[in-house]
Amino acid sequence: MYPLPTDAILRKTLRTTAAVAGGVMLLIFAFLAIESLPALRSVGFARFFTDPSWHPAGGAQVGRFSLTPMLVGTLTAAVGAVLLATPLGIASALFCAFYAPPRAGAAYRGLIELLAGIPSVIYGFWGLVVLAPLIRHWQPPGQSLLAGVLILSVMILPTVALLAESSLRSVPRAYLQGAAALGLSRWATIRGVALPAARSGIVAAILLATGRALGETMAVLMVTGNVARVPGSVFDPIRTLTANIALELGYALDHHRSALFVSGLLLMVMTVIIVIAAAWSGRRHEHA
Amino acid sequence: MTTTRSVFLASVCFTMALTLVTLAGCSKPEDAPQGALAGRLVLTGSSTVAPLAAEIAKRFESRHPAVRVDVQTGGSSRGVADARRGTADIGMVSRALKPEEADLAAHTIALDGISIILHRDNPIPALTDEQIVAIYTGRITRWNEVGGRNERITVVNKAEGHSTLELFLGHFKLKSEDIRADIVIGDNQQGIQTVAGDPHAIGYISIGTAAYESAHGTAIRTVPMAGVAPTLANVRNRRFPLSRPLNLVTRGDLSPLQKAFIAFATSSTVHDLVEVQYFVPLAD
Repeated sequence: MYPLPTDAILRKTLRTTAAVAGGVMLLIFAFLAIESLPALRSVGFARFFTDPSWHPAGGAQVGRFSLTPMLVGTLTAAVGAVLLATPLGIASALFCAFYAPPRAGAAYRGLIELLAGIPSVIYGFWGLVVLAPLIRHWQPPGQSLLAGVLILSVMILPTVALLAESSLRSVPRAYLQGAAALGLSRWATIRGVALPAARSGIVAAILLATGRALGETMAVLMVTGNVARVPGSVFDPIRTLTANIALELGYALDHHRSALFVSGLLLMVMTVIIVIAAAWSGRRHEHA
Repeated sequence: MTTTRSVFLASVCFTMALTLVTLAGCSKPEDAPQGALAGRLVLTGSSTVAPLAAEIAKRFESRHPAVRVDVQTGGSSRGVADARRGTADIGMVSRALKPEEADLAAHTIALDGISIILHRDNPIPALTDEQIVAIYTGRITRWNEVGGRNERITVVNKAEGHSTLELFLGHFKLKSEDIRADIVIGDNQQGIQTVAGDPHAIGYISIGTAAYESAHGTAIRTVPMAGVAPTLANVRNRRFPLSRPLNLVTRGDLSPLQKAFIAFATSSTVHDLVEVQYFVPLAD
């Protein structure tokens, strides 16, 4: 008996679904580009960086379209969060993989996974009613770059911790046994063997976390004050590209709306750079 | 083999069923009895009007079962634009129409006022218009300059495109570029949380919302403007300076359904709904 060509059917189905997934991605990119086009054409690309401020409601001539404050806000918040979350995340991964007793380690990992599952609006609300007032007592107005960095670093900590831990665990056993046979201490094993072997996995974890920090919207919107000005210190309010879209898209028309799609496009370009960097660091690992 | 195939077939069947359901959902219900109202109304616009419009729509639907009313928010400017383009049957606009919007007809369903709010513990009794302007333009940055504590003022402003901001700017003859804000908020709730969490903040929101929140224990309070207390009564008798009509706007000749809905929304049968939302119904 000749079976039905299941493989052929499956292959076609999977091909179609893969094409759909890829197509959706391209469509989104095309959609962003098409929607940004009116603003790019009448305002011009340069003015999105050289205008004195962001007051887009006035139209192409009267309005001001500078996205520089948002670009600076997004980058400083994301970089600050990554700088904080990376050492903490790696430390937590090392604890889980090498120091914690098995049961405590599992419980701790469960907690971190839970942290990853909390919806961002909860983080935002906590930041708004607890964190921002705390900072305000110290340096008003409280809703600031610092609040954004702190919230974001808590949010991306699980990404760094869990991915770093899984790449530490995938270090070949033989390496660790070799280190033990040489009589190395645990810390020397970690520093000399485990961390270098897991390096590219950890780098990928950091890049993924950066991507999440760049794209986070709701929590950041609630704690950073959203003033479209380049911050002078960590206590100044910032507005991120994502918050810019979320705040104004529902209320924007014509050029204003189109200018918001330019913010989206900018964000997309940043994300693409991060993804390429992550892929590149992963590939280097394969050749190593 | 058989399992894979049946799973595959099942998923194909499921997808087809889903498509059929979706298609069926798209067609309009046209099987209403003669003479009765039937069809679909789309309302878009102001997020201030939308909750009220949604309540009115619910009651309207229960009286006319063949009618479906969709209420979508997106700001007053979108209400104007959608009513003009015809993408919505009725636009919701939380301000009076401007001279350049004379092609549209406005039907006022309620009145609302905008009040300056401070933290409950802020001792300032009242602010003059000049002081408010000076605070929002950054000429006054500390509360002791207007008779309060020696603390830095946190200026809370609305994001671009909100009609509350437009009304505020219009009343004080300010331009958006003149404002020096410390915090920019999107919706009312975020504004209330921000002011309630900061003893040195100043913001502005709808009087109804402020009255509701301070009655329910939120740490905010309103201050009189130009000597008039921001109460619903003062909005009703039009003494409060910073008030606005909540409008339904339409363009051109109305269909029977539009006419019926607007007549219903402006009638006294919905006054209880208006009051529940802390707006002021129009006196008949």
